[in-house]
Amino acid sequence: MLMMRVFKKPQKWSVYYKQIIFEIDNIGISSLPIVAIISIFMGGIITIQAAFSISNPLLPLYVLGFTARESIILEFSPTIVCLILAGKVGSNIASEIGAMRITEQIDALEIMGINSAGYLIFPKIIAAIIIFPFLIAISMFLGILGGYVMGISAGACSSYQYVYGIQTYFDPNKLYYSFTKVVVFAFIITSISSYFGYNTSGGALEVGKSSTKAVVYSSVLILLFGLILTNIFLNH
Amino acid sequence: MIEIKNINKTFGDRQIVKDVSFKFFPSKTNLVIGESGCGKTTILKLMVGLHQLDSGSVLFDGLDFPKLNQDDQQDVRKKIGMLFQGGALFDSQTLEENVRFPLDMFTDLSLKEKLDRVNFCLQRVQLEGKNGLYPAELSGGMKKRAALARAIANNPRYLFCDEPNSGLDPKTAIVIDELIKDITHEYNITTIIVSHDMNSVIEIGDNILFIHKGENWWTGNKSEIFHTTNKELFNFVFAGEFMKSVFKVQNK
Repeated sequence: MLMMRVFKKPQKWSVYYKQIIFEIDNIGISSLPIVAIISIFMGGIITIQAAFSISNPLLPLYVLGFTARESIILEFSPTIVCLILAGKVGSNIASEIGAMRITEQIDALEIMGINSAGYLIFPKIIAAIIIFPFLIAISMFLGILGGYVMGISAGACSSYQYVYGIQTYFDPNKLYYSFTKVVVFAFIITSISSYFGYNTSGGALEVGKSSTKAVVYSSVLILLFGLILTNIFLNH
Repeated sequence: MIEIKNINKTFGDRQIVKDVSFKFFPSKTNLVIGESGCGKTTILKLMVGLHQLDSGSVLFDGLDFPKLNQDDQQDVRKKIGMLFQGGALFDSQTLEENVRFPLDMFTDLSLKEKLDRVNFCLQRVQLEGKNGLYPAELSGGMKKRAALARAIANNPRYLFCDEPNSGLDPKTAIVIDELIKDITHEYNITTIIVSHDMNSVIEIGDNILFIHKGENWWTGNKSEIFHTTNKELFNFVFAGEFMKSVFKVQNK
């Protein structure tokens, strides 16, 4: 029911357009620092762990670059970063909309004759679907870069070996799989969080509870849909 | 004019509103008064559709609002301005953006025309020059006035006010009351005010509905209150020493 109201024809496109731009900044651009930091460190950690695990002299060292790329593109950036975004963005959305509910701001929108669900939730969903793939692309690049920097500086492999590794056996379809996951996760995070925020009743305590529920349910659904999509795309 | 006919509302096993009927007239300050928890805010929310009626009807100039489809209800709501108890200003927007919001949504005015209207409304509620402030930077009285400016920005035909002067000092409360009264008369608005503030009753009560335990207990105007024989109304209005002395002076 809520989603039917969300995707009802916008009452004024120009206002919705401004909201989408605002949300792209609010949801996406503001998440860039945390995504960047986590990606660089995780890329480094993945490479060092791979180097530690691959102690067999028969295995070529370019495997480090290959492993980092595969881990980052297939799982770390699309899933783990989206789980982190579920915490940051999801709680933010649920608490923002929840606070608007308990302070009667949503009632004020309704009484003005505005479709409050559409006005508040639609721009967030669209903004996340637009901006999350860019965030994840940046995460992939920084993760692989972090692996490169850590791999070289720890003496685990040479620059040539790492770069050769990240180019080896590259299948562009894996990017298609990863970005499909990201779009689905963007929808899950924003819609689930908005749902819990929109249906908040009571006071500040309930806003906190809605925020927690939003993160928990989004995270579980991300993992569930991650599994389903992996089966669809990769289980030949 | 707005008319409510035999409206009823139950929450769980508690009937909050019992068969209430009343007419709210244009260009008058119509007050719904009663003790806390008597059901007056519920009546207001039933009228604007924030709660669903169990039975009865709410007629906005003859249109039965609860029976309209969602799109038609939205059309009626575009003619409604509402002042919420807490103001309900949008936290993420400045005062100017808050007041401009209904104009952005429902008019095709140019930016200059919208800003002129915003400045007029802000000036009308004595908040001129405060355009750039956020709700968090406003005092309680300023928030109420800002919410009133937003409520009148799109020239509403109906104005609903939920406890417009609760939590305000007496002087600011009178300013808000006077503003509502002036705006109502100037623009021929049907104004409905939910209040338990006795100053408001005495100052601006053109047409009063007294609710007691969810029922229509008494109707009249501010002059008639001083001659009431209704025990519950008397106990409610003249509960304090000050109001008792006002009563004595009025009935000398």
